[in-house]
Amino acid sequence: MDINRFLFEILPYLAEGIPVTMELTLLSFALGLALGAILAAARVFGSKPLSVVARSYIEFFRGTPLLVQIFFIYFGLPAIGIKLDAFAASIIAIGLNSASYQAEILRSAIKSIPEEQYLSAESLGMTTVQTYRFIIFPQAIRVATPALVNEFVALIKYTSLASIIGVAELFRRTEYMVSYTFMPEIYLLSAVIYLAICLPTSQFSKMLESRYAIPGYRRALV
Amino acid sequence: MSGELLRISGLRAGYGRIEVLRGIDLRVERGEKIVILGPSGSGKSTLLKCIPYLVRPWSGEIHIDGLQVSPEPNTLRRIRASTGFVFQQYNLFPHMTILRNVALPLELNKEMPRREAEKSALSVLNMLGLGELAGKYPLELSGGQQQRAAIARALAVDPKLLLLDEPTSALDPELRYEVVETLYQVAKQGRSMLIVTHELDFAEAAADRVVFMDEGLIVEEGDAREVLGHPRKERTERFLRRLRSRLNSFPPSN
Repeated sequence: MDINRFLFEILPYLAEGIPVTMELTLLSFALGLALGAILAAARVFGSKPLSVVARSYIEFFRGTPLLVQIFFIYFGLPAIGIKLDAFAASIIAIGLNSASYQAEILRSAIKSIPEEQYLSAESLGMTTVQTYRFIIFPQAIRVATPALVNEFVALIKYTSLASIIGVAELFRRTEYMVSYTFMPEIYLLSAVIYLAICLPTSQFSKMLESRYAIPGYRRALV
Repeated sequence: MSGELLRISGLRAGYGRIEVLRGIDLRVERGEKIVILGPSGSGKSTLLKCIPYLVRPWSGEIHIDGLQVSPEPNTLRRIRASTGFVFQQYNLFPHMTILRNVALPLELNKEMPRREAEKSALSVLNMLGLGELAGKYPLELSGGQQQRAAIARALAVDPKLLLLDEPTSALDPELRYEVVETLYQVAKQGRSMLIVTHELDFAEAAADRVVFMDEGLIVEEGDAREVLGHPRKERTERFLRRLRSRLNSFPPSN
C-alpha cells in the first residue's frame, strides 16, 4: 500500500466519519436512556396496564432486527406523512431500539437492591419518594453502570447500520473508499478505528466503576 | 418519668395465610427494658416488626405514647420517627459513610440542616466509641462495628422506644461481645428497649422483664430474674435448658 496515499487520502477520508459515528452513538444513547428510564419506571411503578404496554414495547424492539426498524422508520414512516432525513431516522431507530435494552438494565438494577434496604429506610420514617431518592436509586445506578456502558459500546458498532440508508458515518466512508480504491484491506483499517473508539470507552467505564464503587463491596462478596 | 409507653392488644399477624402472631397483649412502661425470648418461628421478630408497621398486622391495636399506630402516612412517619429499629443483619446503607447513615434520618425526619445533623450524628457515634469510623463505609467494617453503627443510627433520632431484633445473632462469638457491651451501655441510659435476643447474660443483668413466646403467643412473662431463674411454665424451662446447654457446649466437630 502506498503509504502517502494511505496517510493523506484514505485515513483522513475515513476519519471524517468518526464524528458522525460518535454523534449517532451519543444521541441515540441519550434517547435510549431517557425513554428507557420511562419504560423501566412504567414496569417497576406503573399500574398493570401501563406495565404491560412497557413490556410489549420492550419485547417488540428486542425481538425484531434493528435493520428492519431502521428501514421501517426511514422508508415506512413517509407513507403516513412523517419524513425524516437519514441521520434523524437512524438516531430515532437506534434510540428506540436501545431504549428497550436500557429499560431492562435499569429495571433489573432497581430490582437487585435487597428488600432489607427498603425495610431499613421505612423503619427510619422515610417516605417512599425519599427511600427511592436517597437509598434505592443511588445504589441501583451503580449496579447499572457497567451494563449501560456496555450498551453504549454496542451502539458504537450498531451505528454502522446507518450506512445502509446513506448516513456518511465511518462505515459508509469505508465502503466508499473500498469501492473507489479496490483495496479491501481498508475494512481492516476501519475495524481498527472502531476498536480505537471502543477500547477507551470500556476503559472509561472501568474508571467510572472504581470511582463510584461502594467501598468494601468486593471484599464483602468474597 | 413513668407511665405506659407501649400497649399492644389482641395483635394478630402473619404472612400469606400463615398466622404467626395469634393474639398478643403486651405493655411496656416508660424506661422499661424487656427481653423477648423464644424458639425460632415463635413470632418474636414479627411482633417487633409489627410495632412500627414494618409488618402490617391483621388485627389488634398498638399504641405508642398514646398515639395509635395506623397506616395513615403522617401517623406512620411520627411513629417511625419515635421508634428506632435495629435489624439482625444491620441493614446499613452501603453507599453512604457511617456518618451519613446516622445523619440522614435526622435530616429527613427532624428537618435538621446537614451540618447540624452531622454534628449530632458524630456525637452519638462518639458516645458509642465509633467516632473514628465516621468516614468509613459500612462494608469496610466488621459485622460488630456495623451493628454498633446501626444502633447509633437508631439512637440518633432520640427514639422513645428502641426495638432490637436479634442484634447479635448474625455475628461470630468474638464480635458479639462488643455489641453486647454497646447494648449494656444503651440500657444504662434509661431508654425504653424491646430486645429479641438469646443473650441470657444480658437479659439477666439488664432486663427489667422477660417475655417468653412460643407458637405466636406469649407463654410467660415476668421479672427477668424470676423467669430466667424459676420459670413457671414447663415450655419456658425446657427452652432455657436447651439454650444454656447449647451455649455451654463446644461446637460439634466435623
